[in-house]
Amino acid sequence: MRRQSLSAALRVALFPSCMAEGFYPRAVEDARWLLRAAGAEVTTPTAATCCGQPAYSTGHHADARAMMRQCLDAFDGADYVVLPSGSCASMLRCFAPGLMAGSDAAPAADALATRSYELAQFLDDVVGWHPPSDSLAGRRLVVHHGCHALRELRAAGAAENLLRAAGAELLSWPAQHECCGFGGAFAVKMPEVSAAMADRKLDTLPAAELLVSADPGCLLQLAGRAAATGRSLPVRHLASVLREAADGA
Amino acid sequence: MAHESRIDYRANANAILRDTPGVREAVTRATTHFDANREQAYGEIDEVALRDWAAGLRRHVLANLDRYLSQAEENLTAHGVEVHWADDADEALAVLETLVRRHEVRRVVKGKSMLSEEIGTNAALARQGVEVFETDLGEYIIQLAGEHPSHIIAPAIHRSVEDIAEQFEAQLGTARDADPDALAAAARERLREAFLSADMGITGANFVVADTGTVALVENEGNIRISTSIPRVHVAFVGIEKVVPRLADLGSLLPLISRAATGQRLGNYVSLISGPRRADEPDGPEAVHVVFVDNGRSALLGDLEQGEALACIRCGACLNTCPVFRQTGGHPYQWAYSGPIGAVLAPALLGLERAWMLPQASTLCGACEDVCPVRIPLPRMLVTWRQRAADAGLGFTGETMAIKAYRWVATHPGLFHRTMRMLGGPLGHALGGAPVLTEWTRFRVLPPADNAERDKK
Ligand code: SF4
Repeated sequence: MRRQSLSAALRVALFPSCMAEGFYPRAVEDARWLLRAAGAEVTTPTAATCCGQPAYSTGHHADARAMMRQCLDAFDGADYVVLPSGSCASMLRCFAPGLMAGSDAAPAADALATRSYELAQFLDDVVGWHPPSDSLAGRRLVVHHGCHALRELRAAGAAENLLRAAGAELLSWPAQHECCGFGGAFAVKMPEVSAAMADRKLDTLPAAELLVSADPGCLLQLAGRAAATGRSLPVRHLASVLREAADGA
Repeated sequence: MAHESRIDYRANANAILRDTPGVREAVTRATTHFDANREQAYGEIDEVALRDWAAGLRRHVLANLDRYLSQAEENLTAHGVEVHWADDADEALAVLETLVRRHEVRRVVKGKSMLSEEIGTNAALARQGVEVFETDLGEYIIQLAGEHPSHIIAPAIHRSVEDIAEQFEAQLGTARDADPDALAAAARERLREAFLSADMGITGANFVVADTGTVALVENEGNIRISTSIPRVHVAFVGIEKVVPRLADLGSLLPLISRAATGQRLGNYVSLISGPRRADEPDGPEAVHVVFVDNGRSALLGDLEQGEALACIRCGACLNTCPVFRQTGGHPYQWAYSGPIGAVLAPALLGLERAWMLPQASTLCGACEDVCPVRIPLPRMLVTWRQRAADAGLGFTGETMAIKAYRWVATHPGLFHRTMRMLGGPLGHALGGAPVLTEWTRFRVLPPADNAERDKK
C-alpha cells in the first residue's frame, strides 16, 4: 500500500458503525483524535448510519442495498472512509461491490471499496502513523481480531504493529484466531451456540490486564458473556488504547 | 425423497449443549488437534500452488463432467467392472437389492462411505435381511451404539475414550478402563470373523479416474483394503462429481486430501482398484460394481451460485476449523454431511424448505474458506442460501420485520443516531426487554457504554 504524504490534509470521513456509536462512543472520539493526530481532516457525515451488513448477512439484500446507497451518498466527497470496526470496514471493502453489482450504484460501490479502511490499517499502512515508542511499555495485552478484520481485510498485522510499536507485550492465546460467536444477527438467532463460542474464547484467555479489539461487536460479545459468567474481563477498543498511548489520556 | 420434516438445527444444537456437554469438549479437542495438524502439514508444501491447482482441476472436471464420466464408464467396463447409474437414493438402493439377490449375499462388510450414509444403505440391507458390519473403527463404534456418524472423516469424533470404553464394556466385554489400543483390539477381534465370512464389500470412492478406469480409496486402518479384496463382490457407491481426469492427478490429490483432513502426508493405505480378479490372479473379488449416484447433484451442477460445492473432496477441514461445528459436532445437522459444506449442500440436495436453517448456523467467520483445499467460497454460498430463504419467506420468526424496522430507522439519520446513543445508556439497559435484546441478554450482560465506564473512574 502507498503511504500518503501528509503535506495536503487528507479528507477522512469517520464512519463510527452502529455498535460503536451505541456502546463504544468514547472509542469513536478516540478514533477521531487519532486520525487528526495522523494529520487528517476528519468529518462524520450524519447521513452515514448503517453499512447494511445485518441485512446483507441475513439475506435481505434489497434492504441492504437501500442502506448501502445511503452510505455511498454520504461518503461521496471523502478521500478516505475510516471505520473503528473491522466488520463494517469489510462490508464496504469486500462485500459492497458484489451487493451493488449490476445496479447503477456499482461504480460508486467499487470506488468506495478502494478508499475504505479499518482504522488500524489506515494508521499503519496508509499514513504510517504509530504511537510513541515505549508509551505502552510494560503493558500485557491480549488482542482479539474480529474475523472479518482477520480474514477478509488481513488487518491483524496492522493492529499488532501499532501496539508493539508502543512497546506493549501481546500475549499468545490458543483460541486467538477463532470466532467469538458474535456474527451480528447470529448472536440473536442462535444465542446458545453463540454463548458457547464466546466461552471457548474466554476459557482459553491468558491472564492479561486488558483485552483489546478493533471490533465493537466482538468486544460487546466477549465483555457481555464474561459479565454473565462472572468473569472479570476489562476490555477496551484499540482506538482508546492507542489514544491513551499517544496522549496519556 | 418422501416428505421429511424441517431440520431444526437450533433446537438440536441447544439439546446437545444442554444434555450432553461432553460432546462439546470431545469435538473441540479432536477438531483442534486435526486443525493444528493441517496447518502444520500445509506449511510443509507450497500450499498456495497445490490448492490453486486442485481447485482448478475440480472446476475443470465439473465443467466437463459428462465427458469424464463416460470415459470412466468405458474404461471401467473394459476392465470387467459393471457400471450402474442411479438418479436418486431409491434407484441406488434398488441396484444394491438386485446385486444382493444376484450374488446371494447374506453378509456385508463396509468401508466408511458418506454416500452410502446419504442414501441409507444400512437400513435398506437390514430390510433385505442382510447383516452389515461397518469396519472403520469409528464407524463400527457408532453402528454398535445405534447412532449416525457426526463427522465426514471421523464418525465418532463426538465420543470420548471413556465413553467408548463404557460402551464396549457393555457390548463387547472389555475392561472398564480399557485404553484405545485394547478397544481397537476388541473391535478387530469381532470384525475379523466378519471380514472372512462376508459375501460383499461395500465402499465409497475418494475418486474415480477417467483415463484408466480406476477406483481410488485412501484410508488409515486397512479395512477398506480388506473389504475390497476378500469378499466375492465389491460394490462402490460413487457420487457423480467424484471423477478426475488422469491417474497422475491422484499423485497430488490424495496427499492433499490427507494433509487437509488429518495433517498426514498420505493416508496409510491407498487402494487403486481396476476391476475384478483376472484369470491369472490369486485373489481379489470375482465381481466389481460401480454405482454412480446423482441424487440431486446434476441439478446442483446447473446452479451458478452453488454448483461449486460439488468440487468438494470431503476432507473435513472445514468442519474441523468451524467454531460452530466445534460446539455441537455434526448431529444437529441431521444429515450425512455436517459443518459448513453440509450447510451448503443440504438445501441443494434436501430442499431449501427442509434445510433453510443450516445455512444460518454460521457467523460467516470465513475460517472454512480459509482452509478448504479446493477453495470453495463457503461463506458467500451460505449468504446466497440465506438470500434465497428470505426471498422464499423462510427464516426465523420476526427476522424480516426486524430488518425492515432497522432499515427504516437507518434511513432516518437523526433518529438513527439518537437511538444508537441511547442503546448503550441507561435507557438501553432498561430496554433489555426490546425483542432483539432479550435474546441477547439471556446469555450475556449488556455492558455499559465505554464513556460511562471511564467517566466513573
Ligand atoms: S468443502 Fe473444502 S474443506 Fe470442506 S470438506 Fe469439502 S474440500 Fe474439505
